Amino acid sequence: MSKKVGIVQFPGTNCDYDTESAFQQIGCETEFLWYKDSEIPKDIDLVVLPGGFSYGDYLRSGAIASSSPILSKIDEFTKDGGKVLGICNGFQILLESGFLPGAMKRNDNLHFISKHHYLKVENCDNPFLSDMKKGDIVKIPIAHAEGNYYIDEVGASDLRKNKQILLTYCDENGNELNPNGSVDSIAGICNIERNIFGLMPHPERAMEEILGSDDGVKMLEGFLN
Amino acid sequence: MENLEKILKKHKLTSSDYTEIVRILGREPNYLEIGIFSAMWSEHCSYKSSRKYLSGFPTEAEWVIQGPGENAGVIDIGDGMAAVFKMESHNHPSYIEPYQGAATGVGGIMRDVFTMGARPVASLNSLRFGDVKRDDKIGKYQRYLVKGVVEGISGYGNSMGVPTVGGETSFDSCYNGNILVNAFNLGLAKSDEIFYGRAEGVGNPVIYVGSKTGRDGLGGAVMSSDGFSEETKALRPTVQVGDPFTEKLLLEACLEAFQTDYIVGIQDMGAAGLTSSSFEMADRSGSGMKMDLAKVPAREENMQPYEFMLSESQERMLICAKAGTEEKLIEIFHKWEVEAVVVGEVTDSGRMELYWGDEVVADIPVAPISSECPLVDRPISKPKYLEEISKTSEVGSIPNMEAFLKLFSSVEVVEKSWIYEQYDSMVQTNTVKQGGDLDASVIRVKENGKALAMSSDCNPRYCYIDPKGGSAAAVMESGRNVAMSGARPKAITDCLNFGNPENPEVMWQFAESTYGIKEACAELSTPVVSGNVSLYNETDGNSVFPTPSIAMVGVNESQEKVLPSVWQEEGNLIFLIGKTESEFGGSLYLKEIHDEVKGTLPEIDYKKELALWELVIEANSKGLLASAKDVNVGGVAVALGKLSAKSGFGIEAKPELDLLLFSETFSRAILEVKPEKENEFLVLAHKIGVVYEKIGKVGGSDFKLDDISLPVSQLQDIYFNTFKKIVERDL
Repeated sequence: MSKKVGIVQFPGTNCDYDTESAFQQIGCETEFLWYKDSEIPKDIDLVVLPGGFSYGDYLRSGAIASSSPILSKIDEFTKDGGKVLGICNGFQILLESGFLPGAMKRNDNLHFISKHHYLKVENCDNPFLSDMKKGDIVKIPIAHAEGNYYIDEVGASDLRKNKQILLTYCDENGNELNPNGSVDSIAGICNIERNIFGLMPHPERAMEEILGSDDGVKMLEGFLN
Repeated sequence: MENLEKILKKHKLTSSDYTEIVRILGREPNYLEIGIFSAMWSEHCSYKSSRKYLSGFPTEAEWVIQGPGENAGVIDIGDGMAAVFKMESHNHPSYIEPYQGAATGVGGIMRDVFTMGARPVASLNSLRFGDVKRDDKIGKYQRYLVKGVVEGISGYGNSMGVPTVGGETSFDSCYNGNILVNAFNLGLAKSDEIFYGRAEGVGNPVIYVGSKTGRDGLGGAVMSSDGFSEETKALRPTVQVGDPFTEKLLLEACLEAFQTDYIVGIQDMGAAGLTSSSFEMADRSGSGMKMDLAKVPAREENMQPYEFMLSESQERMLICAKAGTEEKLIEIFHKWEVEAVVVGEVTDSGRMELYWGDEVVADIPVAPISSECPLVDRPISKPKYLEEISKTSEVGSIPNMEAFLKLFSSVEVVEKSWIYEQYDSMVQTNTVKQGGDLDASVIRVKENGKALAMSSDCNPRYCYIDPKGGSAAAVMESGRNVAMSGARPKAITDCLNFGNPENPEVMWQFAESTYGIKEACAELSTPVVSGNVSLYNETDGNSVFPTPSIAMVGVNESQEKVLPSVWQEEGNLIFLIGKTESEFGGSLYLKEIHDEVKGTLPEIDYKKELALWELVIEANSKGLLASAKDVNVGGVAVALGKLSAKSGFGIEAKPELDLLLFSETFSRAILEVKPEKENEFLVLAHKIGVVYEKIGKVGGSDFKLDDISLPVSQLQDIYFNTFKKIVERDL
């Protein structure tokens, strides 16, 4: 049976259609969820908080969206085993709402950065990256102004210990290359229970060779298992 | 009216304008009416100086759905899909307040596109700055402007979720007091679902949607219709403030509303805000309109009718709906948390009747204010400088190697990732070629499997030494860039940036430029479908170089066959297409080596240009090419240098050019061909009849071009690291 993906639209979300077509490409059913919805439909396997500028990034990116009605339902949804993926602004929302640890600061160079970037798979014993191997290098676009992931030393060591670091930024050969100043070059993490995932890069933009990379396919396909 | 003279001066109206107004109204105007006439008759809205020269542009072709006169032009791109596009300037505001000026330029052009029923899918920008390398205050201000403008475009465009896929930037001291910020946007729509800016059907409601009206941008259209002076910075409060979040909601609400059949017409409130949108919508349909200004949502207290009509607050639209649908329409806007209010209705009076509650505050016949705008036939005279620039310095006084390093490190040539990496270029997942990939930018069209190529070009030096030829050359170059991606050039939009039209020499430049564009567009079968004129680009009496930015859009029949403009593989053969003459007029060589903008423009030959396009398009469709790059500023040497720096592959090439390595003869390109495709390629080249020379091979770690030789790593260091050092030197 095909998996069903719910994609949340906040005011200012702009990667909703990209996310929809990416999941449809790998054979998922998709449904848009409105940020005011007070329920997550029962047949949804994965909720995606897509990228964009929810509420124009006003206040702090993700801050206002984190108090949307639908966020309060994510808790129940994940406790029942549902999975949640936050991409870019979606990741920022998951941090702001406390589903994942840490916070985002402005990029070190204080500019928006949009480019293809290499990432290294740090841990794959989780549903998201289950089709990948530790040490795999993938090329995925990044596009953010506030992607400088911060967590204190205690938190960082917990992430390492619990194998919650999913992806780190690197160069073509896997050497550390940090575009934005993130602690430990962290690009993506998950919760301890391994059903809430957040990353700054955009796998949904790396689904076809003609767009520069199709490395996003094997990442998203992890959710099909 | 008391102080009439002062009031007219403030509104930049002459006493003969006033006589006309009295004649049209049949009575004395009130203050609000003077404001309305002033805005509608401003250079910015009325094109009163330029209109004489704007007729006669080729605007028709089988594939043109909508030419100039609407909010944007529309062309058919096959399978029921249409591309909607336009380019506009936001020069004056960007010089005064770079972030907001550039941001609202982007917001404005996107509204022009989505008001036609299209979803914006790609942006380009064409930016002209002054001497960013200078050590003094001017240099510092220019670097501040570069940072502000780029951040403004980035802040607005990224938030909208519309990829900025490319553009061009150049630098010249003529822009020190007046930078140019031209924003291009392209949207996609179904070809039978295009919306127009019309208000018709007596009794149909007129609905105001979007942001509340504030006092920002008050009189902006009038401001843009004057030169700059030292006091200009005092005009900062007349620059609008952008809110991309509201615009994003407005976009989604409009696109949802377009899915219904409730809308009769829609227009964005751009320059001169509610005034121009309401008059233009009524005028296009020969209708009248009644509006109650007290119903317009206000951002500030105690706003007056004059302010409501003249404000240029951003993110607003005027909609004419079918009677009876207004509630349902308003509901859609409310879902997106966008304000929507019925402010009036369509009448058959042919008049714009404005109320404040029950009181009539203005009553103006619609047609005369548009069609009877006093046009100005400004005197023209051939500029004297043209007599003094025919003789240039001798080319070749320094070794080629030294000249190459100088040209290749010029701020005009070096790579601009510092700029384009601030733009989200990949959102919407259609971007095939983007900023930094050289030549045209390309997006694929999910709906029909094709790809659209677009390129914005203008070489102001060429336009300075020969406004007509330089403008034609801009059309040729933009088409050539598009063709290099394997797409067939289809149509252009233009943004004509000139100095003060009251200067007969500037007016001559303008006239000549339009002749050049008309000729080139006719010869190349690429009609003009939309455009914009920006005059008064002068400071303290110094006008900018004539800068007609041309953005060409072309169609590639297959998104799988987009041709790159970067070396693909070592061992491939390098062909130079087109004969190189000794043509250095307006060249980068003369500018960088001799600091002069002089000489005779390279010869224009449309047949050669078309043959080059044909060769690349056909060879690409047969799979004979690995890459293609046009030759322009800096000639063959700079083109090859960029190809090697970008790809990391060296070359070994020895064209029979000697000094002509830097010549800027038009209608040439560098093509990369696999050895096994050579014969088939040559057969085609002969058939089409182009001049070609096999000049060398791709490969190795050195860039070896005749007597120029350096490691690719050094080439890359210059290419990739120079611009950031220049622009961030104050940090």
